[in-house]
Amino acid sequence: MRHHLILRVITKLLVGAIMLFAFYVQFHGDFSPGGGFQAGVIMAVAFILYGLVFSLHNVQQVFPPWLVHKLVALGVLIYAGTGIVSLFLGYSFLDYGAFTPDHPSHGQHYGIFAVELGVGITVTAVMVAIYYAFAGRPPRLSDEEW
Amino acid sequence: MLVLTAIAVVRMRSLFAIAMLSGVFSLLSALLFVTLDAVDVAFTEAAVGAGISTVLVLGTLALTSRFEKPTKRSPVLPLFVVFVTGAALIYGTLDMPNFGSPEAPAQMHVGPDYLEDSVHEINIPNVVTSILASYRGYDTLGETAVVFTAGIGVLLLLSGLRRRRRDDEEDESEEV
Repeated sequence: MRHHLILRVITKLLVGAIMLFAFYVQFHGDFSPGGGFQAGVIMAVAFILYGLVFSLHNVQQVFPPWLVHKLVALGVLIYAGTGIVSLFLGYSFLDYGAFTPDHPSHGQHYGIFAVELGVGITVTAVMVAIYYAFAGRPPRLSDEEW
Repeated sequence: MLVLTAIAVVRMRSLFAIAMLSGVFSLLSALLFVTLDAVDVAFTEAAVGAGISTVLVLGTLALTSRFEKPTKRSPVLPLFVVFVTGAALIYGTLDMPNFGSPEAPAQMHVGPDYLEDSVHEINIPNVVTSILASYRGYDTLGETAVVFTAGIGVLLLLSGLRRRRRDDEEDESEEV
């Protein structure tokens, strides 16, 4: 794929910025609009954009399918694990006050952080996995037909 | 604008243009959410509706054909069903409270408690996040599980996992 010079240069510039923005949305979700779901989608968009412009093969070298499949489950595990941990600390399931008993609102911050991280990981991985599943099949349309 | 885009989507035959127009439709509805002060929802709509689903629809398009097949059936019955459903929905909105009304059921139940207690219980400025991740943690866990299940479903249907497993089985049988 040696054509589309402008697209390739702009994509290289943008992918980093998109990922940075995804992290901002992920970890600044407490203070501004956003959170795990939105950040996960934006992060997935960075990979999908890279895959669209520089072939599926290249993006799968950066983010291999086996890793994506593991991350799909890891996110849910982080979320449910946060709940289990608070259960073992003697509180209710998903009661984040458990993490710092003498200062419950700090515990809430940690809990929300962990939970949103889990959501973000799962959403990113699911979106990228779905994109891989669709793009991985041999297309019936050739490039000229578009 | 929304209505115009929707009519254009219905009238068109080129699936590529329809995919692009549904992206436009998502962006317009994101603007609608912004004017309703639902910034988080608008964010999601712009990212998922306009971004990811357009790409996924285009990916699907590459697997099928470029143009919609012309239908032979008469459009009268579907049109009738659509009009009746639309009329029923509009009739249903007549009973709904006005936008921003303090007597709305959404403002009477647990909403005020969340808004008042969030500051000292969770201490996070964005109440949406504190409700989503803390007060309604179970629901969000369920949502994440739904996303997970959707991903697993697509993987099972579309990716070559089964083929790979069969290859592994063949390898194992060869080893035996």
